[in-house]
Amino acid sequence: MAMLEIKDLEVYYGMIHAIKGISFVVNEGEVIALIGANGAGKTTILHTITGLLTPKQGEVLFEDTDITKVPAHKIVSMGMAHIPEGRRVFSHLSVYENLKLGAFTRKDHREFQDTLIKTYQRFPRLEERRNQLAGTLSGGEQQMLAMGRALMSHPKIIVMDEPSMGLSPLLVSEVFKIIQEVSAGGTTILLVEQNAKKALTVSDRAYVLETGKIVLSGGAEELLHDAAIKKAYLGEV
Amino acid sequence: MMNFLSFVTNGISLGSIYAIIALGYTMVYGIAKMLNFAHGDVIMVGGYISLLTATMAGFPPWLAIIAAMVGCTVLGITIERVAYRPLRNAASPLAVLITAIGVSFLLQNVALLLFGANARAYPAMVNMPNVRMGGLTITGITIITVVTCIIIMVVLTLFIKKSKSGQAMLAVSEDKGAAQLMGINVNKTIALTFAIGSGLAALAGVLLATAYPTLTPYTGAMPGIKAFVAAVFGGIGSIPGALLGGVLLGIIEILATAYISSQLADAIVFGVLIVVLVVKPTGLLGKKIQEKV
Repeated sequence: MAMLEIKDLEVYYGMIHAIKGISFVVNEGEVIALIGANGAGKTTILHTITGLLTPKQGEVLFEDTDITKVPAHKIVSMGMAHIPEGRRVFSHLSVYENLKLGAFTRKDHREFQDTLIKTYQRFPRLEERRNQLAGTLSGGEQQMLAMGRALMSHPKIIVMDEPSMGLSPLLVSEVFKIIQEVSAGGTTILLVEQNAKKALTVSDRAYVLETGKIVLSGGAEELLHDAAIKKAYLGEV
Repeated sequence: MMNFLSFVTNGISLGSIYAIIALGYTMVYGIAKMLNFAHGDVIMVGGYISLLTATMAGFPPWLAIIAAMVGCTVLGITIERVAYRPLRNAASPLAVLITAIGVSFLLQNVALLLFGANARAYPAMVNMPNVRMGGLTITGITIITVVTCIIIMVVLTLFIKKSKSGQAMLAVSEDKGAAQLMGINVNKTIALTFAIGSGLAALAGVLLATAYPTLTPYTGAMPGIKAFVAAVFGGIGSIPGALLGGVLLGIIEILATAYISSQLADAIVFGVLIVVLVVKPTGLLGKKIQEKV
C-alpha cells in the first residue's frame, strides 16, 4: 500500500524552478532513497512533503489524505517525522528537553515514558548525556539525538535529510545500522543522501535526481550495479 | 548614608518597573527576533485603561488592573496579528522594525485624540503603608513594585522551564523551522509571547503611574526606551538579564539624578549602556554558546 505518494510536484524558490514535475511512491514498510548531487532538489522535496514549503503544483498524499497544504506543525501528529539536514537539534536545551520536544504532540504521559525508555535503550549515549546541552554534543551524538527526537513522536514514516553528513566513516556506518534497525521495527523511511552507496545498501528502492527531475529509478540492488550510477554517484569507473 | 540607601531603594523600585517592561522586549526579541518598539506605548494604554475603568466605570483597583491587563493582552495580540505577522517573512528585517515604530506613533496619536494632551492625575491604585527600617522609610508602592517584579520573574521562569508552551517558546526562539517539525505552532507561540509581554506591560503601566502619578499619551515612550536599554544591558533574550539590567539601570538613573545632575541622568544611563556594549557586546548575561557543527 502506498503510504506516501508524490504527484507531479512543481516547486519554485522565487524565480528558480527547483522541482520540475516529480512523482514517486513510498510504500508501507519500505526504505526509499532519493539520491543525487548537491542542488538536485532533494531537500526541497522533503521540505515540500512536510509542509515547510508549498508547491506551485502537484500533490502530496499521505495515507490517501491530501497534505499538500497542511502546515508543517500539523504533519507530525499525522505520523510523519522529519529529521532535517544539519540535524538542527535545539543546542541551548538539554538532551532530555530535546527528546521531550520530539514528543510535543503526544498527550499521554505513560506512552511518552515508554517511548523515552525505548529511545534511551536504542541510544545509550543519549541517556548518559540526558542533562547535557545538546549544543555540546559531538556531531555523531547530535545525529543520534535528531534521530531519537524524531522517534519520540512515534512516527509511521520518517523522512531523513542527509543523516551521514559531516560524520566520520565509523559513525556513518553506525547511523546506517540504526536506519536498518528502525526500518526493521516497522517504520517506513524516506532517505535523502549524497552518500549514494551507503544509501543504496540500506534501501529497497531508490530514485535518482538531477536538477529537479527524476532521471532514474529502480530496485536499490540493481541501481548499485548500474554502470551509469557507478560512474556518476559511486565514484567508480 | 541614609540618603544613599533611600536612593538605592528608589532605584531598585524604578528598576523593577523597567525590568517588568524589559521582559516584554526581551521575550519578543528572543522568540520572534524583532524589536517591538510599540511595547512602551502599550504601558501607556494600560495606564489609561486602569485610570478610566477606575474613575469613570468605578471599578475597584484590582478589577481596574485586571481590565488593563486583559485590554493590553488583546492589544498586543492584535498588533502582532495585524502589523507584524504579515511581515514575518519579509525580505528585510527592517520592514517590521519600521512598522513597530509606526505602531508606536499610532498608539500615541490615538491616545492623544481620545484623551487629549493634558496630563491626567492618576489615582493611587495600590495602598500600602510605608515601612520604617531604622532611619530608612520604604514606601508601600516600592515594596509592592519589587515584590510584584520578583513574583513575575519566578513565575515566568518556572513557566518557561516547566510548561509545554514554555518549552515551545524556547524551541521557536532557537529554530523556527525545527520547532515546526516538532509539531509546534510557531504563530501561536509568538502570539502567546506578545500576550504575556503586553499583559506585563499593563502591570508596569499601573505601577509606573502609581509611583509617578500622572498620565499622558507619551508616558510610555521614555520608560519603554529605557526598558529596551535595560534588556540590551542585561543581555537581550535573557530573562534574568532583563531583571539585572532593569534594576541596575534604575539604580544608576536615581543615583545619577541625585548626585550628578537630573538633566544628565538619562545621558549617563545611555553612556553606561555604550560602555557595557563595548566591553561585552552580548550584554551582562547574554550568552553565546560555541556550537559544534
